[in-house]
Amino acid sequence: MNSRTVEIMVGLFVVAALAAALALALKVSNLTGLEGGSGYKVYAYFNDIGGLKVGAPVTAAGVTVGRVIAIDYDPKNYEAKVTLLIRSKYNDFPVDTSASIYTAGLLGEQYIALSPGASMQNLKNGDQIRYTQSALVLEQIIGKFLTNFASKP
Amino acid sequence: MNSSDNSSSQIDADQDPPLVQIEGLTFRRGQKVIFDGLDIDIPRGKVTAIMGPSGTGKTTLLKLIGAQLRPQAGRIRVDGVDIHRLGGRALYRMRRRMGMLFQSSALLTDLDVFENVAFPLRENTRLPGGVLRTLILMKLQAVGLRGARRLTSSELSGGMARRVALARAIALDPMMIMYDEPFTGLDPITLGAIVALIKRLNDGMGLTTVIVSHDVPETLGIADLVYVISQGKVVARGSPETLQQTDSPWVRQFMRGEADGPVPFHYPAPPYLEDLMGDAP
Amino acid sequence: MSLLDGLQSLGHGTLSMLARMGRAGLFLGRLMPSLDMSLRRPGLVVRELYASGVLSFVIVAVSGLFVGMVLGLQGYITLSKFNAVNSLGVVVALSLVRELGPVLTALLFAGRAGSALTAEIGLMKSTEQLSAMEMMAVDPFRRIIGPRFLAAFIAVPLLTLIFDAVGVFGGYLVGVAMLGVDNGLFWSAMHGAVSFRADVLSGLLKSVVFGFVGAWIAVFNGYDAVPNASGVSRATTRTVVNASLAVLGLDFLLTAWLFS
Ligand SMILES: Nc1ncnc2c1ncn2[C@@H]1O[C@H](COP(=O)(O)OP(=O)(O)OP(=O)(O)O)[C@@H](O)[C@H]1O
Ligand SMILES: [Mg+2]
Repeated sequence: MNSRTVEIMVGLFVVAALAAALALALKVSNLTGLEGGSGYKVYAYFNDIGGLKVGAPVTAAGVTVGRVIAIDYDPKNYEAKVTLLIRSKYNDFPVDTSASIYTAGLLGEQYIALSPGASMQNLKNGDQIRYTQSALVLEQIIGKFLTNFASKP
Repeated sequence: MNSSDNSSSQIDADQDPPLVQIEGLTFRRGQKVIFDGLDIDIPRGKVTAIMGPSGTGKTTLLKLIGAQLRPQAGRIRVDGVDIHRLGGRALYRMRRRMGMLFQSSALLTDLDVFENVAFPLRENTRLPGGVLRTLILMKLQAVGLRGARRLTSSELSGGMARRVALARAIALDPMMIMYDEPFTGLDPITLGAIVALIKRLNDGMGLTTVIVSHDVPETLGIADLVYVISQGKVVARGSPETLQQTDSPWVRQFMRGEADGPVPFHYPAPPYLEDLMGDAP
Repeated sequence: MSLLDGLQSLGHGTLSMLARMGRAGLFLGRLMPSLDMSLRRPGLVVRELYASGVLSFVIVAVSGLFVGMVLGLQGYITLSKFNAVNSLGVVVALSLVRELGPVLTALLFAGRAGSALTAEIGLMKSTEQLSAMEMMAVDPFRRIIGPRFLAAFIAVPLLTLIFDAVGVFGGYLVGVAMLGVDNGLFWSAMHGAVSFRADVLSGLLKSVVFGFVGAWIAVFNGYDAVPNASGVSRATTRTVVNASLAVLGLDFLLTAWLFS
């Protein structure tokens, strides 16, 4: 086979592979890997994080603005310490913003939802979110419901 | 440099040091000793023939000279340098000055005739296309295969392949060419042409030629110096005339092609009858 | 007596395997510096990319399509038991991108192109073409083995990308077009759950490792072949066996390292 044909075929082959890579990058997967990306860290303490995992999304008004990058147990307060990395373009959350752990769907993954407060000051790198609401654990809800139900006359 | 300990004979009358000096060469393959203290000098600008029975190691000797094999002892100097001490680039520079015709032709099977001859030129030089083409056509013309240049190597007969390999061996215009069995598989006409070509290359261009062959008449016809080796040693050395008049039974047997004599026709083996009766594999 | 014979042949086998691994290491040490010519003359690599990449395209694409379709079918059957068929895209894409794409492509490559590479180099050795090149002052490592190694090494990740993409399409065909999974949910669930860096790139990294090892095994076995017909045929078999085992073994190690 002449070398021009060979080169054209190889060119087509490489184009096919690049098209595949593009499809995988855009259509199949998301590029929002934040781990190494730029952003600022804030901390939040929760009584109970339920099934929250590292990598879980952090949302505000339903929009993903960051990710959970570390979860630790703080033995002094007997609380879970969660580190959030928030993308630097969302840098105007007031300091009195609150964080709640919610569940996507009935049995789905858990995520952190931020609801902004009213303060004039904004959260900076290293700040702590003071108002938090722990995860709702299904057994606890059911338990509470049953005791309420039972105590009602 | 001047070799003072020249074991002189009438052949090295000119004072040039030999192009290839082999001293005390010892080479073994496993247990089998192939060369045992071999001494050979190949003079510059001459045709040197190395003859010997099949399996004595003539091909092996050429590979040792080309540094494709390493001897266990002894030294081979090519143009004054110990070729087994050369590494990497220096060795390749030296090989550029040596041509070798392989016994098996060893053409590159995925290239056609033209590209086979072009291969060493394309890889080692930066000649412009037109010059390259002219050179290759000249080499192919010399072996009579200019018209076959677009045949692939599988479309060639054995003798044609041999001639392409010859054209390829001389493509880089080396200082020395080693021919391993150049005459086998050639028809009488081609044979005559190839013999003449080898002679012409040697005389016309001042090449040094080494021929390994069993074809006694053709080889003796063009050789200036003949070595006969057998069982790891040189058994005779001299000009074709002296060898033909020798009274050594070794050489006489070889030159005349007699089956019986001091050179064994058989590969070393236990006695025939014992072998037939025995049950060894 | 036969126990001793067995022990002897086991010992012999082990020793010759160790010796071969030693030779393979030395071979790699000689191969790496010889890649300079491939870098200076990319045309050599392009021609070999044709042999190892373009010619493997069809088998890889067709296999990818079928594997994706099977994943779609099996995934659908399993997920429908949990009322979770909307996650079909996730299952198909993750299985392909993390495991099946890199591993199956590498195995197909070993069988299709690796064995051909071994046979080609082995035959060139046994017909003295490599020797003849050396005598023409052309280093076969730089001129023959280097470009083939590099082309095979490049081809495997490229083929893996193609396998992955075609496989996802196969899963889509079965899941959405045949079984009626919602088109939007299929893609959005996949898009949300598959991470480019953690899944696609990690899978690609696997295939880079497989490409390197597979290419190395293929060219080494060709160069190390006993120079005759049965020697070359044994070397070809050895390439397929060694490369397959190496890919599967390395896959375990890489999975443990990348996805834990
Ligand atoms: N690769 C090898 N491994 C082991 N032994 C070998 C090998 N090649 C050659 N030999 C042995 O070395 C000896 C010399 O072989 P060589 O090919 O040099 O002979 P030769 O003189 O060229 O014979 P011929 O005239 O038939 O070509 C032979 O006895 C052969 O058995
Ligand atoms: Mg020979």
